[in-house]
Amino acid sequence: MSNSKSVSIDKICIGEVAPGCRKVDPILIADGVKRQFGGLTAVDVAHVEIPRGLITALIGPNGAGKTTFFNLLTGFDKPNQGNWSFEGQNLAGMSPYKVARLGMIRTFQLTKALSLLTVIENMRLGAQKQPGESFLTSLIRPLWIRREKEITEVADTLLKRFKLDAKREDYAASLSGGQRKLLEMARALMSEPKLIMLDEPMAGVNPALTQSLLDHIKDLKSNGTTVLFVEHDMHMVRHISDWVIVMAEGKVVAEGPPSTVMKDQAVIDAYLGAHHDTDLGTMSKPASTRSKKGDTK
Amino acid sequence: MDILNILKLALGEMLSPTTITFVLCALGLAVHFGFTGLLNFGQAAFAAVGAYGMVISIDTLKLPLFLAVLMGLLCSIIFALILGIPTLRLRADYLAIVTIATAEVFRYFMTTIGFSKVTGGSNGLSQFGAEFWALNPIPEGNYNFGFVSYRADQLYVFMVGWGAVIIGALILRLLMRSPWGRVLKGIREDEDAVRSLGKNVFFYKLQALMIGGVFASIGGMIFVLNLSNVQPQVWTTNFTFTIWSVLLLGGAATILGPIAGGMIFIALISITQGIMGGLVELGLLPFLTQPDIAQIRLLLIGLSLMLLVIFRPQGLFGNKRETQFNV
Repeated sequence: MSNSKSVSIDKICIGEVAPGCRKVDPILIADGVKRQFGGLTAVDVAHVEIPRGLITALIGPNGAGKTTFFNLLTGFDKPNQGNWSFEGQNLAGMSPYKVARLGMIRTFQLTKALSLLTVIENMRLGAQKQPGESFLTSLIRPLWIRREKEITEVADTLLKRFKLDAKREDYAASLSGGQRKLLEMARALMSEPKLIMLDEPMAGVNPALTQSLLDHIKDLKSNGTTVLFVEHDMHMVRHISDWVIVMAEGKVVAEGPPSTVMKDQAVIDAYLGAHHDTDLGTMSKPASTRSKKGDTK
Repeated sequence: MDILNILKLALGEMLSPTTITFVLCALGLAVHFGFTGLLNFGQAAFAAVGAYGMVISIDTLKLPLFLAVLMGLLCSIIFALILGIPTLRLRADYLAIVTIATAEVFRYFMTTIGFSKVTGGSNGLSQFGAEFWALNPIPEGNYNFGFVSYRADQLYVFMVGWGAVIIGALILRLLMRSPWGRVLKGIREDEDAVRSLGKNVFFYKLQALMIGGVFASIGGMIFVLNLSNVQPQVWTTNFTFTIWSVLLLGGAATILGPIAGGMIFIALISITQGIMGGLVELGLLPFLTQPDIAQIRLLLIGLSLMLLVIFRPQGLFGNKRETQFNV
């Protein structure tokens, strides 16, 4: 928790903290990115910069355009207009696989574990620069077996870190939802990305796993990876992020460090609503005790 | 009813050039469907394109056999590009529709009178086998192998055909155990996930379509070389669905599956024909006549394939573990 508080604001952004403010060292810059589905404007981001080496949270109510924005940035969807660049390289119109090769790897809200591949094969697939992945070299084993061993070593280390090593030879289909999230994240790390974009990493994860997932994300930061994640879990946002960007109705309505952004009136209005300070746990308790009473009858 | 004779016949059929063709086509389809998840319902067209490509190269272009075979393979690769480039960016179902339509278009095109000087029209072509048969190194005579006996020319086709199957299967085995094969399997499971890991999914799918097509076209070539005859009406959707049956029988994501599946499928057809024919002869099936049997046995085979797909979706040689998950 301490690491998120240690970064001071003036080391992250230049000038006043405001939606679309400039960053000291941006890794990703988006400009005028607009995506319309018929009459609906899903994303309309005037300007946003993602700070390098930090954990940035992208939050917003359902339908705010967070995932669409993710899809646009990674090339999985094409915007109607706009430009965005990663480490100074223009990404507009680039195919998703090229974006990934530049070191910008994403995960998905609905986990995409490759079900009928084993866990270790899932991991190996995440690696880059395997000559055996091209058709002709794949036929000659000595040309790729060394790289394969390196890849497997990295994969095994990551699996151990994510506590999936016992599942190494199992089909990914046999993993629980939370384990699949972990696998997807570990797989994304196989290529040592510069920027990892996690789409709701906590969705559907067992609370017992939450803490370890949080630690993994903090580890990424200490290893120099930039993290951008979409999340609804405010606890997580407050806990690990250095910077928070708030989207509503496709626009960036606020940004800043988590402590101040949560108090921003625009955010409270657009997103958190009247219950933002109420622990949802205590709210739902009466309901659950009621149902339990009903059961005992 | 001579059971031994029925079995002998079945064994002969299992190793026949027709089986070889089905096996090669099914191996190609395994690359498409079993490993990459491409729904290709036009495998007959890939076989036909290869066969016609070779035959026309010999017949019209007067190329030597070796070059003609290469031409046939090239034709099927080009055919794969024509089919794949517009459709492989789209959802899987579009490829299915386009392949089934293109296969029919190709067949009708070959039947068209306007081009019959080159294609032979609906009569097909038959003046192209000389060089193939001249290359037969086996001396004239009959060769006995226990149950089955072969003439020299039959043995020649047998060796060429099964040689192609074995070499093809070994290459496929190398491919599918390599990182390249892993990417294909990844695409089968979820192509967006593979894309997000930095793989050019479209290009891999195109490669898979081409390689599967090349297997089918080799199958097609062996089929027409054996008959010394190529005719458009062979390459119907029926042909394609037989290959699908062979593939699903053996196991879609396996290499042994299509080979054994082809042999078992052909043997089943031969044995049911023999047994039911025998039963009708003995008067045990009074409600059937000999001509009905051809239909009834296909019906029975269709039924057993349905049962197989329901109760053993991974096929006879598929991995049991795979079916524990409903995905």
